[in-house]
Amino acid sequence: MGKAKLKEHRINRDWCKGCGICVELCPKKVLELDAEEKAVAVRPEDCIACKLCEIRCPDLAIEIITEPDEK
Amino acid sequence: MSRQVKFVQGNEACLEGALYAGLQFYAGYPITPSSEITEGLALRLPAVGGKFIQMEDEISSICAIIGASLTGHKVMTATSGPGFSLMQEGLGYAVMTEIPCVIVDVMRGGPSTGLPTHGGQGDVMQARWGVHGDHSIVALTASSHQDVFEMTVEAFNIAETYRTPVILLLDEAIGHMREKLEIPEPGELPLVERLRTSVRDGVNYHPYLPREDGRLPMSDFGGVHRYNVTGLYHDMWGFPTSDPKMVHGLIRHLHDKIENRVNVLARYKEYFLEDAERIMVSYGCSARSALHVVKDRRLRGEKLGLLELQTLWPFPAEIVRDRCVGKKSVIVVEMNMGQILHEVKKAVDQPDNVFLANRVDGEYITPPDIYKILRLIQGKGV
Amino acid sequence: MPIKDYIRERFFPHMWCPGCGHGTVLNSLLRAVEQLGMSKNEIVVVSGIGCSARISGYVDFHTLHTLHGRALAFATGVKLSKPELNVIVPMGDGDALAIGGNHFIHAARRNIAMTAIVMNNKIYGMTGGQFSPLTGVGGMATTAPYASIDRSFDVVELAKAAGATYVARSTAFHAQECTQMIHDAILHDGFSVVEIMTQCPTHYGRKNKKGGPAEMIKEFKDITTPIGSKAKQENPGLIERGVFVEKDLPEYCAEYDKIIERAQGGA
Repeated sequence: MGKAKLKEHRINRDWCKGCGICVELCPKKVLELDAEEKAVAVRPEDCIACKLCEIRCPDLAIEIITEPDEK
Repeated sequence: MSRQVKFVQGNEACLEGALYAGLQFYAGYPITPSSEITEGLALRLPAVGGKFIQMEDEISSICAIIGASLTGHKVMTATSGPGFSLMQEGLGYAVMTEIPCVIVDVMRGGPSTGLPTHGGQGDVMQARWGVHGDHSIVALTASSHQDVFEMTVEAFNIAETYRTPVILLLDEAIGHMREKLEIPEPGELPLVERLRTSVRDGVNYHPYLPREDGRLPMSDFGGVHRYNVTGLYHDMWGFPTSDPKMVHGLIRHLHDKIENRVNVLARYKEYFLEDAERIMVSYGCSARSALHVVKDRRLRGEKLGLLELQTLWPFPAEIVRDRCVGKKSVIVVEMNMGQILHEVKKAVDQPDNVFLANRVDGEYITPPDIYKILRLIQGKGV
Repeated sequence: MPIKDYIRERFFPHMWCPGCGHGTVLNSLLRAVEQLGMSKNEIVVVSGIGCSARISGYVDFHTLHTLHGRALAFATGVKLSKPELNVIVPMGDGDALAIGGNHFIHAARRNIAMTAIVMNNKIYGMTGGQFSPLTGVGGMATTAPYASIDRSFDVVELAKAAGATYVARSTAFHAQECTQMIHDAILHDGFSVVEIMTQCPTHYGRKNKKGGPAEMIKEFKDITTPIGSKAKQENPGLIERGVFVEKDLPEYCAEYDKIIERAQGGA
């Protein structure tokens, strides 16, 4: 299995309540809250697609879309 | 073919009726004087492939039968006063969620632990209003073992037809007394099976949208329709709502489905009413003494009659009013301080003509107890 | 996202407060169910009353939202009457161990195959922040304005003593671990208990000066440690995470089937 490569941060702004858990716990500091207190990926290039934000998000608002690397 | 004849306790007649009606799941907790129902079903239910469970209390017993009803089974629990008090929470849930179930309360002397091994009929009003909040309920009684059997079957039929809990109010005397029971042949008594939805998989099923006839077809948990059940006010899919229109619609529905069918749900027996000058109104064990008095007085030429109520709730007020019109007096015979007395007074044209013959010391009300009251009413002295 | 197949999307965003750990438990539960590949029709979620109980409304299974503390009693009826169903019971700490404490220990004693997920946020959230049997000595709550003098239960020890045959503990911080535990608990043929420590920033957090959601969830990392770790030896105050009990004992519904066989004149 190749390592998953980030394709997209899909963030559901209607569901995000801006708690900041994803921002705080992202090991690469990819996410921030914007002016509307919604999570946004401000440094997607740093994302290692660990999906910790997705699985911890209490609002089910984050989805990390990946594409597998070449084997 | 001949009917099987047994010499049994009333509690056994009840469990025989439940098995005849197709009981599949029973949860209960031991309490005098109802324990024989629980014990009997522990023995008999698995033999017919049903499930019995002794729960940790009466609260969990009623909750467990509601859960089992949702998976598509005919369910029952039995208890007595203290346990019936604990069951009120679950009973209200069954009312709100419209889940068919039968709750037997073999009444003993109350309040509190009261008189565990003595009789009483003090739970009549608790059956009606023990649950908090506005609601309607069905409660049946019986005065003989044959009637216990039939009313148990009726309780299941009404529960399944109207998606409602039905209370069977027995009493210690009936529950523990032994007499003959003839078990009807299969098919002799009609049995109502649950109405299940014909809505197919993939089509929107509304568990709480009544059909034109007011009935709500069910879908078993584990089936193709996934829906929500909640004790909160809910919409036609079963999801919580506080929309005033929906709240109003639901409480009207819960009320009307019972209260608009008072006469349909009325079960009663009439003895010597045609020419009666005085009428007794009674139910359960008290009706046995009342009937004895009626027959005895008839031998002496006194025109006495008896209306035995088998449905207490919804109270058959029209029938009571009609039967009491023009009578010299109406005597309500019951083993409490007058719980049905007031319903009868409300129902009749001349409430001042309604008297109470009761006994509340834990002893069974006897014909002499009733004679005493009759003499007083007739101005014959004590 | 595949887990969206298991929710009732029309009710989202959900009603929980920002940063509520219960949402993470829902997230983990959905992932566990997805991994199991079960049909939605064979899953029943039974809940009681409280913030935790609202889970049942959000998941697209057969859902039964019952009375405060009584979820396991209803669930027992569902399971015993139709043992082929998978019954999952998300509960709050007050729901499971105060008003529902008796049902909890008896379900464990029977070893009936159901999964109780105790979402322990140490507080009654829905009613506004009163102390629960999990708040513990010194905790602040609206009904413990001078700090609580009530000792707390240990969910794991209680479940073990009552006879649960699968007992595990994790936290909302350790979401992956939670998913694995819920997955294993659902597969376990007996009564399984998964305690998940969750943060309630609105009530517990505010009253006890625990900071915001991120601070609270991060604290779970600092105050817990895997079972038997060296850290535990050095710091006995740490709360252990992991699977405490996993054993095979006769399951209630299967045992009842034997009763039916005997009653019908079989073996």
